[in-house]
Amino acid sequence: MLGFGADLLWADMNRLLAFLFHQGVLDEQFLQLQQLQDEASPNFVSEVVNIYFHESEKLLTNLRGLLMEREYKKMGIHLNQFMGSSSSIGAKRVTNVCVAFRAATDQSNRAGCLRALEMLEHEYCYLKNKLHELFQIEQQRALVAGVRYPV
Amino acid sequence: MGMAAAESQFHVLAVDDSIIDRKLIERLLRTSSYQVTTVDSGSKALEFLGLRENDESNPSIPSVCPNNHQPQEVEVNLVITDYCMPGMTGYDLLKKIKESSSLRNIPVVIMSSENVPSRINRCLEEGAEEFFLKPVRLSDLNKLKPHMKKTKFKDQKQETVERFEDSEVQQQQSQQQIIIQNEHHQAPKLQVLQPESESESHPQPTIEQQQQILQQANNNNKRKTMEQGLSPETDRTRPRYSGIATVV
Repeated sequence: MLGFGADLLWADMNRLLAFLFHQGVLDEQFLQLQQLQDEASPNFVSEVVNIYFHESEKLLTNLRGLLMEREYKKMGIHLNQFMGSSSSIGAKRVTNVCVAFRAATDQSNRAGCLRALEMLEHEYCYLKNKLHELFQIEQQRALVAGVRYPV
Repeated sequence: MGMAAAESQFHVLAVDDSIIDRKLIERLLRTSSYQVTTVDSGSKALEFLGLRENDESNPSIPSVCPNNHQPQEVEVNLVITDYCMPGMTGYDLLKKIKESSSLRNIPVVIMSSENVPSRINRCLEEGAEEFFLKPVRLSDLNKLKPHMKKTKFKDQKQETVERFEDSEVQQQQSQQQIIIQNEHHQAPKLQVLQPESESESHPQPTIEQQQQILQQANNNNKRKTMEQGLSPETDRTRPRYSGIATVV
């Protein structure tokens, strides 16, 4: 019964991943991250992603502040950073929004920047929720699998 | 190549201001069995390499050699650096390394998230061995070993021959047969370009000629990377930024 649960969770995880790929939320770079995880670095993905969350929230807060002050150039620099880290973890949709956002800052287009910031916050929240979901399933699976296959 | 024992001793210095990219490159390099040190800026990289800009000797470290540079505290076989960094860019770091008599033989690789041909060209011309587009993949790191092995040989002439042979072997192994054949057509007298081991029985071309071939070969290799924005050996066909043009 417990083994069955582990398989279900495994299927759930894969289904969610497939969904996220299909929606373009994640790309193959995320898979690369997973491939770098092994016995030597068993929590690699969640470590990197948690750093990403931490960095991103700082960036988003800064971006909102800078937009209020119309600091387009500084926003561009922040966006480069955001783009880079998002691309490094495979967060495709967030990266794309950053690109559009940066174009708006290049034109000092305030309305465009506002829209882009909202979209960015939305995409980032969505990504964060989905990745948390993924990690939760993985944790459950590890627990259940651990019971089924005692070390 | 008979250096199995030395493989685990290759030490790479990775430079990147992004903490996520540092974590990634560190993991990638460790997975490839290299020793890794990461720093977050070009100036820290130079510090680690033992290069001091203005002073002749560092009073806190006893001077081992009488030259006016600081001896490397730790041996570094390759520097891999991000291009876009605040303060000293990867390009600036590359220049400083190549301008230093003590460090210029260390191979330098540049990484960038943007595919800008003029940028890539500039770096390669300044002496970078490779230019990787981010995010860097495990398969990209396979290209590093030949460069690191080169630094094991101190003799300049030996190094030139070695690099030429490595370049030749690399080209043969990848899908660059076309380039070899092109070069062969261009320079029919230079028979060293023929495959297998005919180079021993033919007189070596002059060092100058060798360097020219090497230059051409390397440029062809790297130009391909530049044009495609992809490594020739890997099949990375993922679209970047949904087709939005990269910003110069």
